[in-house]
This record gives sequence, structure tokens and C-alpha cells, in this order.
Amino acid sequence: MSVQILSAGRSSLLEAREVSASYGHVQALKPTSLHIAEGELVTILGPNGAGKSTLLRALTRLTACRGRLFFRGTEISGLPTHQLARRGIVMVQEGRGLFAQMSVRENLMVGAFLHAAETDRQMAAVFELFPRLRERIDQTAGSLSGGEQQMLAIGRALMAKPQLLMLDEPSLGLAPRAASEILSTLGELNRRGLGILLVEQKAPLALKLAQRVYVLSLGKIVAELKPDEIESHHDLARYYLH
Amino acid sequence: MTSRVTTFTEPAALRWQSVSPAAGAAMLAVLGLLSSDYVTTVLGFAFIYAIFCTGLNFFMGYTGQASFGQSAFAAIGGYGSAILCTDLGWDPVLALFATMALSGVAAVIVGYPTLRLRGHYLAMATFALGLIVYEITIEWTSLTQGYMGYAGIPPLGIVGFELPTVKHQLVALVVLALFGVAVANRLRRSRFGRALAAIAGSEPAALALGIDVARYKLIAFVIAAIYASAAGSLFAHFVGFISPEVFGVTMVVQSFTMLYLGGIGTVWGPMIGAVIVSVLPEALRGLKEMQDIAYSAILILVLIFVPRGLAGLSSLFARFRRNTEPL
Repeated sequence: MSVQILSAGRSSLLEAREVSASYGHVQALKPTSLHIAEGELVTILGPNGAGKSTLLRALTRLTACRGRLFFRGTEISGLPTHQLARRGIVMVQEGRGLFAQMSVRENLMVGAFLHAAETDRQMAAVFELFPRLRERIDQTAGSLSGGEQQMLAIGRALMAKPQLLMLDEPSLGLAPRAASEILSTLGELNRRGLGILLVEQKAPLALKLAQRVYVLSLGKIVAELKPDEIESHHDLARYYLH
Repeated sequence: MTSRVTTFTEPAALRWQSVSPAAGAAMLAVLGLLSSDYVTTVLGFAFIYAIFCTGLNFFMGYTGQASFGQSAFAAIGGYGSAILCTDLGWDPVLALFATMALSGVAAVIVGYPTLRLRGHYLAMATFALGLIVYEITIEWTSLTQGYMGYAGIPPLGIVGFELPTVKHQLVALVVLALFGVAVANRLRRSRFGRALAAIAGSEPAALALGIDVARYKLIAFVIAAIYASAAGSLFAHFVGFISPEVFGVTMVVQSFTMLYLGGIGTVWGPMIGAVIVSVLPEALRGLKEMQDIAYSAILILVLIFVPRGLAGLSSLFARFRRNTEPL
């Protein structure tokens, strides 16, 4: 089923070679290779328990893993999570990982930790993207609606000036309209040139945005294809589109 | 055991709250100057504990970590000052700074491996640290004089100028405690403080935003140790005598009570808690055999009805006033 499609003409942003991760004796992620090109939006699909979140956590070193990682051609395999963020690899975790007792402003300020001098400019850019956050600026993150929390999580990640943004199920628990709004914002960010690796359950929405799709099952990539090719794979189409 | 308040900016409306506890501390100093030496001594202990708890708050309140072993660093400060001043004739202020530096180094050595642990494991490891140092103060008699303790420790002073009475020393302690709070608050509102607040909120999220969690936790631990050391050292100079019991489990329980009663994670909570917990038993002394019961009942009631601590009361009143103002 595996279909090899390279991102022709684009230089590599992130490349993972034979990355694997285990929880105790359970291998949640079998040796897996993938790549993301500059300015590309790649979606990872897969059923619950396929290892999608583990893959993102392994790529950002939040979970210990084996294998090799390259960012813009430079090996980054040994770097811890915070060093990856310094290089521009920033992740929005499942559940958003917001600082619930901090205000919207404070969350964004922490997001700009690595670029403190540019806090105001970055914050203005985030508010341009998510005007509702400006209205809620002194409200605590925990008191925001689910959609607003997700906006804040993405906004906070953008404050860190990412080169590659990884998102783990950003539409999880959101109303369809809010989910659609969030995903269309991601599409806009990608059009501006931001590389995005998106794990998403709402496949039809995600497939509209993605330039390439990896399908993960039982801890390994079983397919790599273009979104419009899913229709021709009846089993995948039945599972993810209908 | 984690921080309840993990913010690092304050709305302008709440800034007045910073003035009133400082004014309260100054008033207590005046009260101490006008009262008997006994009252002055009680207040002196309160402000020494305020310094200790301000440091503990830095690690537990701002950073959201658990430490049951800060008494170890207080012991290093106390015994360090005692040995340097009585045996080696050092100036008390020099001894204070030297022991603070020594505690900082000890905190780096101990904290580097220990802070890899989290939650209850970290709590147990730090508790063990406190017990180990406590045992050392008992068993290493050639250095610490064991249960006999160290006597004849000179009062605080510098280059021959001593603070001879407890009243003089109380003023110095209040100034030092306020300085300690001011430094902690300044750090809390800095980029460093933002990193600590993020760690208290979510370590994975902090890491993902580029914060070197292990490094910042270690720095917070060292700062807390330096505060604890200063408190231990000041205790030694204030009382003129130290023995192992001062730095035992009671100190841990006492400081935790102060921290939670005053308001963990707040700027003034540690000082408010230290003063209340130190003064309250004395105020209830007239109740004789009912004293302990009344004291415990008051602590329980405060923790039930003001779970964010007494420092949170003013914002509660401010909110209540806003809500009841006519439109």
C-alpha cells in the first residue's frame, strides 16, 4: 500500500530516520522514517492507539526514542526538547498544555521566552490572527472556551517563532465550527510559509489542507500519499473519509 | 504540593496590596521596639521564618516543586555561622555570606541528581536530605558538638559594630525579610520568573517553548537554599545558640504550615504565614490547656475558608467590594 511521493523541488525541513519509541516493554512506535519539506503541511492520520501522539512526542524528544533526526540537513538527534524549540521546532500538545491559571497575556509572554525582545511585535501578530485573544487578554486561560484555548495554544506556540509547528489533534473536543476555524488558520499559516506537521482525527478537514499524508497503524507508517489519492485506496477512504 | 498561584504579572488594582504587608511588617517592628524583649524575640523568630519561607515559596510556590529538605540548608547556615564566628573569629556578616555561598554550592551538588525526580519521589528525596543533615548535626560531634549545641555565637554585626539588643536585631531582621521578599518578587516578575511559572504550570509545555526546565529548577532550588541558609545563620546570631533540634522535622512542618496558611505562590504569603504561625500560639497562651486545640482549630478554619491562604484575602475583599458596588 505504501506509495512513495517526494516533495519535489523543496529542501528538507525535518527528516526522521528509523525513529522508534517504547513505553516499558511496549513498543508504541516501530522504526519509522518520514520527512517534511520547507513550507509543507503534512498530516498524520491513524486510528486511536496507532502511535500518532508518540510519534510527535518522539520527534520533539518529549518521549525518549531511538533513531536519527535531521533539521535542515543538520543532525539534531541528541538535542533535548528545549534545544529543539530554540532551533524552531515547536509543538502544541494534545490537551493544549496551557498554563490554566495564567492570563492570556502571560501565556503569550511565556511563549516568547526565547524572543523576549520581540514580545510586543509577536503578540500583535498573534492578535491579528486570533482577534478574540485580544478581547480576552486579561482572562485566565482556564476560563476560556475550548476554541479560544486552542487559539491560545497555537498563538503561544507562534510566539516562539517556529520554523516547524507540530500539532497534536488541535480540533479535539471542539465544536465543528471552531475546529474548522482553527484548521483554516493553520492553512493560512502554511500559506505564509510555515512548515506544519499535523496529527488530526477530523480527517476530511485536515486532508483539505495537507499537501501530503502519512497513515500510521499499529505504530508504523503504512502509507504515504497525496490527499486526493486516498479516494483510490478504498480501505483508507472508507475509514477516513466516509 | 504544587503552586496554586502561578502568575507573574499583577493588575494595577492589586498593587496596593504590596504596600500594606510591607507597612504591616514595619508596624510589627515598631510594636516589637515598644514591647517586652519576649514579644520582640517572638517577632524576631517570625521574620527569620519569613526569610526561610520566602525561599521555600520560590521553589514550591513559584516553581511548583516539592522540597521537605530545606532545613538542611538552614543547618548549614546556622552551624556554618556558629563555627566560623565562635571558632575562627569571623565577622558575623562575612560568615552569613560565606555560608550562603556554601549552601548554594551544596544545593547544586545535591540538586543536580535529585531534581531529576518528580512529585512524591522528589519530596521523599529532599526529606531524606533534611534527615541526613540532621543526623550529621547530632553525630559529627567534633564539628557540631552534637546535642550540646553551639553557644556563644555573637549577635549580627559588621566590622566590630554589633547589634547588641534583640530590639536592634529585630529591626535588622524586618529589613532583611522585606529585602528578601522584594528580591523574590523582582525575580518572579522577570523572564526567569516566567520560566518558573511555566514549569509550575506544565513541564512538557515549558520544554516545548524552549525553557531548560532542569536548569531553571536547579537555579530555583539554589535560591531557596540560599534563603534557608540565611535564615539558619540569622537564627544562630539572633539566639546565640544552636542545637540539632532547631533544624529537625518540626522546622519542616512549621514552614509548610506558614507557607500554606499565608498563601503558597503569593508574594507576601510566606511572611504573613510566618508572622501568624509564630505569634498565634503566644496570643492563645491564656487559654492554657485549650491552647493547642484553639490553635489547631484556627489553622483548620483558615485552610478551609481561605484555601489560597491569608495573602489571598485582600483580593477576595477587593472582588467582593467590586461586586457589591452600585452600578
